[in-house]
Amino acid sequence: MDVSNTHLLDEAVVTTKIDAVVDWGRKASLWPFVFGTACCAIEFMATAASRYDISRFGAEVLRFSPRHADLLIVAGTVSYKQAPILKQIYDQMPEPKWVIAVGACASTGGFYDNYTTLQGIDEIVPVDVYVAGCPPRPEAILDAVMDIQRELTREACFEVRNTDFKGKLDNV
Amino acid sequence: MSKIIELKSENLFDTIKDNKEKFGFTFLLDITCIDNLNKTHPKATRFELIYILRHREFKETLIYRVEVNDENVGVDSISSLYDSADWAEREVYDQYGINFKGHKMLKRLLNHNEFVGHPLRKDYTITQGQLCTTSQDLMDEMKPLLDERNLDMNKDELMVVNLGPSHPASHGTIRTLCALDGEKIVAAACEIGYLHRGFEKSCENHNYNQIIPYTDRLNYCSALMNNIAFAKTVEDMMDITLPDRGIFIRVILSELSRIIDHLVCLSAGLLDMGAQTNYWYLFNPRGDAYEFLSKLTGARLTNSFMRIGGMTHDLYEGWQNDLQDILKKIDAGVTDSLKMLLNNRIYNERLTNISVVSANEAMSYGFTGPNLRASGVAYDLRFTQPYYYYDTFDFNMVLGSVGDTYDRMMVRFDEINESMKIIKQAIKRIPSGEINISDKSIIMPSKECVYGSIEGMMNQFKLVIDGVKVKKREYYGAYEAANGELGFFIVSDGTGTPYKVKVRSPSFYHISAYPKIIEGSQVADAILTLGSLNIIAGEMDR
Repeated sequence: MDVSNTHLLDEAVVTTKIDAVVDWGRKASLWPFVFGTACCAIEFMATAASRYDISRFGAEVLRFSPRHADLLIVAGTVSYKQAPILKQIYDQMPEPKWVIAVGACASTGGFYDNYTTLQGIDEIVPVDVYVAGCPPRPEAILDAVMDIQRELTREACFEVRNTDFKGKLDNV
Repeated sequence: MSKIIELKSENLFDTIKDNKEKFGFTFLLDITCIDNLNKTHPKATRFELIYILRHREFKETLIYRVEVNDENVGVDSISSLYDSADWAEREVYDQYGINFKGHKMLKRLLNHNEFVGHPLRKDYTITQGQLCTTSQDLMDEMKPLLDERNLDMNKDELMVVNLGPSHPASHGTIRTLCALDGEKIVAAACEIGYLHRGFEKSCENHNYNQIIPYTDRLNYCSALMNNIAFAKTVEDMMDITLPDRGIFIRVILSELSRIIDHLVCLSAGLLDMGAQTNYWYLFNPRGDAYEFLSKLTGARLTNSFMRIGGMTHDLYEGWQNDLQDILKKIDAGVTDSLKMLLNNRIYNERLTNISVVSANEAMSYGFTGPNLRASGVAYDLRFTQPYYYYDTFDFNMVLGSVGDTYDRMMVRFDEINESMKIIKQAIKRIPSGEINISDKSIIMPSKECVYGSIEGMMNQFKLVIDGVKVKKREYYGAYEAANGELGFFIVSDGTGTPYKVKVRSPSFYHISAYPKIIEGSQVADAILTLGSLNIIAGEMDR
């Protein structure tokens, strides 16, 4: 390149960090996989419908194949019977991936403190954002998506997260 | 309601067969079991089975109690008489460990395959969870199906595919294993229980008013209706009737819930076939209805608005205008949607004559509600056993003719209109006055009373700690919910906590027929069939 022309590049080139560029791109194009099992899934439907419109946050491309998705939204109660399936789906998602536990059941088991309900999905998969509510209002789900967006801009883009996580189904 | 008739276990099969063939009790509503271990007055045997039958004219209900002498030997299976008995007996086996002689596939239904013990037995601790490490492959159910049809996996080049459980079209929690010949389903087996949340065990550990939030989450698309159905059953057990204003509020909220439920079913079903515009058209008025409910009850979806003996508070000022406004929007949404569908060739061709369920088949599988009416059977509890002044409202029963996917969807569209008619009449007719009964041993005292007098405080304390005491009784109460007959079989031992609650949920019986009715159709049709049956996992798995 002719050195005398470098001043022209000032207007065409922005110097930045790779993390900032990649995270900026990821932030506005989250592809959620909705692991909807119960009541919260109905509220998620409302979140995706026109009134609350999740596409305002760039997260409307709902993928129902885990291999296409980078955001796992667990909306609803997860029972012990469902747990191996949740784990399988989480494992099938490529890195980087984030997880939102929507509602009381997914976060802690909720008021189903009984023989059949998993007491929070963090016993199986790592969770990034917990949403309170039974079920949470659509605004709360949107807030969780925004939380993920904030969180991911702080991350190093090539780093694999949660490598030290050990769930209850990881050693069996 | 009907009395419970004692029956010897050795006469069980013959008596029920006679009832079906000679006396016209063609409808098996439910089978359940009572574990007498903790009863204060010891019974002859630990386990008793309860069979609930209904006459084909839908007026009479017959309830049998059968003592089980030895749970490992069990009683004769009646699954050869009623298709609905197949899964009902499996559930009893799963939850109570009662054997049914002659049942062709007696295995667990709701709990996972690694589960040890029977959770609804009184000596099983409620919190004793058991981890499940792998899902079963279901080939033990598929193999006999293929053998029955003289098919072989390799020779006939069949492919086995899982539909669900984690798939949006399978509503997240239903797993169907299909053997495919090309695109055609030649055999199917269904697995449920992925959303089994232990409703019935939880009921045995909470008092009557504490159960109301649990009922919300049975059919979460029409939560209020479940509240009402449960509260009504308990009130009927106690022989109490609400003041008229309370009844009218319940009717209005019931019908609004029915509309919401049908809107969700239709919009999701249409979305499954790619008709996305309808999803927006039908979902937006539903959003408005939720705004109304949230203004009234404080919650959008899970309202917990009812109490035994009434409800938390009266309607707010200006509710009539809000509600009428919503009805207009719903009407506009439904009209717009129908405008796009009725003459739409894709809609008509994809739904007509797909997954036909004949009237007899539907009855045998225990179908109720819109799915049964789509098959042309005139059964609606609001007509056959009217409650809450339903006989004084001017509305029609909507019937289908063939029982195909088209009928199931159109019945719901028309029922939305009928429900709107009822609401409009109820808005005009609703009287002023009390909404709750005045009995202090049932209804909470007002806050002024609680903070202002020692009697009021004690009253509140007793009701919160002990709960509403229901007299010793065994009772089956049924309610026409959005999906069909929602029944509660409640055993009370005179305390504030039920000894046992069994939900007779419509979706449980609808899904039991699903593998049968999708046989012979294409995979894409099976998805629409599931959508049109409106399976709600919460009430199916409980």
